[in-house]
Order: sequence, then structure tokens, then C-alpha cells
Amino acid sequence: MARIEFKQLAHTYRADPRGLEDYALKPMNQVWRDGGAYALLGPSGCGKTTLLNIISGLLQPTAGRVYFDGVDVTERPTAQRNIAQVFQFPVIYDTMTVFDNLAFPLRNRRVPEPEVKRTVERVAEMLELGAELRRRARGLSADAKQKISLGRGLVRSDVAAILFDEPLTVIDPHLKWTLRRKLKQIHQSLGLTLIYVTHDQTEALTFADEVVVMHDGRVLQSGTPQELFEAPAHKFVGHFVGSPGMNFLPCVLEADGARVDGVRIALPPDVVAKGRRAGGRFEIGVRPEALRLEAEPRNGAPRVRIEALAELGHYRIAAVRLGTHPLKVKLPEEQEPPRDAAYLCFTPALTRLYADGVLVG
Amino acid sequence: MNKTYDNRAWFLVLPVFLVVAFSAIIPLVTVVNYSVQDIFGPGERYFVGLEWFREVLRDTRLHEALWRQFLFSGLVLLIEIPLGVAIALMMPRRSGWAASLALVLLALPLLIPWNVIGTIWIIFTRPDIGLLGYAVNSAGIPFDHTAAPLDAWITVMLMEVWHWTPLVALLAYAGLRAIPEAYYQAARIDGASDWAVFRYIQLPKMRGVLTIAVLLRFMDSFLIYAEPFVLTGGGPGNSTTFLSIHLVKIAVGQFDLGPAAAFSIIYFLIVLLFSWVFYQVLQRVGTGDRR
Repeated sequence: MARIEFKQLAHTYRADPRGLEDYALKPMNQVWRDGGAYALLGPSGCGKTTLLNIISGLLQPTAGRVYFDGVDVTERPTAQRNIAQVFQFPVIYDTMTVFDNLAFPLRNRRVPEPEVKRTVERVAEMLELGAELRRRARGLSADAKQKISLGRGLVRSDVAAILFDEPLTVIDPHLKWTLRRKLKQIHQSLGLTLIYVTHDQTEALTFADEVVVMHDGRVLQSGTPQELFEAPAHKFVGHFVGSPGMNFLPCVLEADGARVDGVRIALPPDVVAKGRRAGGRFEIGVRPEALRLEAEPRNGAPRVRIEALAELGHYRIAAVRLGTHPLKVKLPEEQEPPRDAAYLCFTPALTRLYADGVLVG
Repeated sequence: MNKTYDNRAWFLVLPVFLVVAFSAIIPLVTVVNYSVQDIFGPGERYFVGLEWFREVLRDTRLHEALWRQFLFSGLVLLIEIPLGVAIALMMPRRSGWAASLALVLLALPLLIPWNVIGTIWIIFTRPDIGLLGYAVNSAGIPFDHTAAPLDAWITVMLMEVWHWTPLVALLAYAGLRAIPEAYYQAARIDGASDWAVFRYIQLPKMRGVLTIAVLLRFMDSFLIYAEPFVLTGGGPGNSTTFLSIHLVKIAVGQFDLGPAAAFSIIYFLIVLLFSWVFYQVLQRVGTGDRR
């Protein structure tokens, strides 16, 4: 177990980087708490896998240092880092039995055979692989193979952290849920640091205590699923987390709020003050879940035109237009959807102000 | 239930049937036909049953050629497969100019016509003007493949290894390139040694291409004709007379079509049997399947 820390870490795959845009990872400082369950969320190509490979030592960072529990491990080879990694596609040793697969990392480290047997059986029990131990690993299903990959990490007593690189990509949807629950159980019983890379927000939000959102080689926000949802630190996070993503409306600041196409939206005075100090291009950010449609006008709620309604099982998404700006509103199932036009109500506590794409308050 | 049968669909397989008939079935049946008859001339032939087979199987020349052939193919497999794999392992893993250059250099011997290869090695190993022959003789080691059987064997083996190891190396290299990077990364995390990576990742992943390599090299070397025929003509004496050289002597040299046909069928069955055995063994070894 370990606390992992990055100091001024950056990486580029180019031999002659001209500027920051050539870097796959922009310089960053980041701390991964000991025993934390982290999800690394971001679109493909944002640097998630690069970051993971730097932690495990498969990649040498171009700049900066990596510390495990305060010890500089930047130069240490992978085998000496006590990191386990599970890859997108299950990696198993075809010709070996399940037992030999799980024993492989221990035997490579010259662990005495009785101890190998004890550990492997304990881990197999935990992963529900006990019945398959004598079978060849080749003929197993994808989820069993992925469990073996995970098991090869768990057998090592000295493991500091387990890294997952989109491990459920090849798993059938109905098994994903079971496997994810298994992961949570293991995390709770062993207290290992887990870092889980995914581009699937459901996976990230259900798995992690803390979600780290990356975009274009930068960490944009790191926080609990609730924080990401209620107060995205960056416009990108608002778009990326949530389905559909956050609505953004260009606005101008006034004394007691914002004005969008002539419609006034109330904001707390301290937010307005902070916004004035920050300056820049202002936008209102509001989740489809934080909007309501009413049939009657109330408190000066603006009238909007309803352009489309999408039926999504237990809720509906209404596409409406406020002035010239399109918006999405999530309607609860029990609400009778209004026809053509309705009055749009904001939830003041969940209405955010952004300046140049960054959260003001 | 009334089923309607529409047999016109058979016409769709007719082209393939015709091609296979003319390329394989008809020639093979012709050989079977010859193997059970004694033919003196057109219209003058007698059915002799299995007589030719008995005669051929008693022929000591053929026995010698057969053992020679097994020794040759065995050596070919023992040298070319490990050497080809070793070359593939030494080639650059990433594509780039170095990999391209290595591939072109490797493929060169495969592009030369087979009888030209024989000619190249005749000249290369000649004691008076050949680079290799002259050099070895100058070093004080007498070497002449036209006089000493051992020298003839060494020359034929050198030529064969030079000619065909690149094929094994190319196949093995293709197999290595198909291994996803994650396997190597996982092995590093598991603390595997280079040997363990080879034994548990690279070798199992090369199973398919190595099966093809073994089959191709076995069949080709068992049927080898052009290169040793040009190089040694089967000599000195009969020391490099392989099965096909012996067969051609009977069929074309002596015009004994009956025994030659019987011999061809036996030859074909041996190749078929061994290819089948190799295939079965290579498909199963190390997989735990026991059927």
C-alpha cells in the first residue's frame, strides 16, 4: 500500500517537443491517497493510459518525479515497483493452468512453493476461481481471464497499488456489474490503492470514491461523483459527466444576476462579485436535472418553446429553446409533458457561473 | 412435407471440381493406373497387381535413399526452425527502416530460382575458384563436394539452410509481431525473465506460424530435387541421392514407369502421414488437450 505522488510530472512521446501542445501529459502535481479508489475518467487519447504506464514504470516520464510513500521511484524498473496492472484485454499465459498463472508472479520472485500454494488458493477463493484452478487458462471465458489478470496482481503481498486500464471493455454487460462489485469488495477488504481508467462515466461514478477527470493531458477536476455532478470545475467536465451533459448559456453579468438574451437569471451576490473579479466570457451552466418546466408562469419564469421530447424509459428529455439558445431539460416520469411551450424554472443552488470555461461559483 | 430439390446448385461447384480434377485427381489416378500394370508400348500392357509395389519395397537403393531422406529432413527441421526463431527474435520489434532492411535482406535467398541456387553453390564451393571452397582449402582443410560424401552433405545442408531458414524467420517474425504489447507489459509487471517471456508468451503465440513452418519445411525438404540435382547430381556415388532424385532416375533414366508409379504413391503416402502427425502434435503440445 502506498501514497502515490506526482511532482511536476510531464510526458511527451516526441523526441523534439516544440511546445506544450506536443505533450501527452502537461506538467501536473497530483496525490493519490493511500487506500483510495480512484477513477481516471476522460475521452480516448486524453493521456489516461500514459499516466497509468508512468505509475507502473512501463514509461519513463519526460520530466518530473514519481514518489511512492515519499520515496522517489522515477528511475525504478517496473518489476521493482510493486504495482499490479490489469489491461484492457485479458493477458493470460495460454499454456499454463489457472493455478500456474496465479503463481507466476510469485515464482518469478522465488517465493517458496508452500507459500505460493497458500496465497494462490486464498486469492482464487476470493475471486471465485477455486473450482477452475486445475484447468488450462486458455479455454476460459473473458471475464474469468480478466479475473486471472487481476489475481496475478492480488497474489503479491507487497503490492502498492492496482491499476486498471479499462478492464471491463471485453466483458459482457451483465457480468460487468458483478465484476465491478467484486472489485469494490476487494478494495474494501484489502484497502489497496486502486486507480481505474475508463471513458465510461457510469463505471467511474459507481466505482470510485474520487473521480479524476482528464482532458488533453490535463487533470481538470478531481472530486467525489457528487462534486463532479453538482459543481463541475470546468466546462468540459460539465459536458462529459452526466447524460445529457450540462447546459451552457452565454450571458452578461448584472448587479444581481445574469442576463441571457434578455432573460434574468438570479445568482448569489458573492458569485456575481467573484465573476466581476475573474472577468472574461461568462456562461451560465445548469444541469438538465436542475431545470423544471411549469405550465403556469411563476416568479417571472421565462417562456420557452419545446422542440422535441425524447422518451428514455423512466424519464423524458425535453429539448427547448430559450431565446436563441438550445437547452435540455430532464422531466420526471410522473410529469405530464407540456405541449409546445412552457415556463422554465431554475434551481438557484444548482445554477453555476463560468468565466472562460472555468467555474466561478 | 413436400420438399423440392433443386440440383442445379451443383453447377456452382462445377468449376472448382474441374480444376481439382485436372490438377490433382486425374494425374493421381493415372499414376495409380500405371502402378498396377506392366506397359511395353501403346496397346501392349498387362495387369500385374501389386507386383511393382513388392519390387519397389525390396529395392535396397530405395531403402538407402529413404533413410538419407529422413536424415536430411530431420536435420533441416532441427537446424532451420530454431535458427529461424532465433533470427526473428533478434530482428527489430518496431517497424522502421531497420526492420524493412532486415526483411529485404532475409527475403533475398527466397527470390532466387532453385536451379540457380544450385549453380551459385557449385561455384561458391569450388576448390579452385569458389570463394568458400578456396578459402577453406587455403586454411589447410581439404574440401571438395565432388569427391568426399561428407563434404557433399555439408554443402547441401549449408545451401538448404541458407535458402530456406529465411522463410522460417519471416513466419516467426510475423508471429512475434502479432503479440499485443500488453503481454510484454504484463510480463514485466509479473517480474518475468527474458527466458520466461520466450517460453510462456512468445513460443505459445508462435504456435500457429511454427506449425506452418514445420509442415512447409518438412514437405519441401522431403521432396527436394532441383538444388541437390544441380549441385551434386546425387553424388559422389549415391551419397546425396534423395528420394526424388532416385525416383527420376527410375522414371526418366530407366523409363520403368510401373515401379516409378508405385514408388510415387508410397512417397506421397509417407509425406501425407508425416505431415498429419506433425500437425496433430504441434496443435496439441502444451495445450492440455488430450484427444
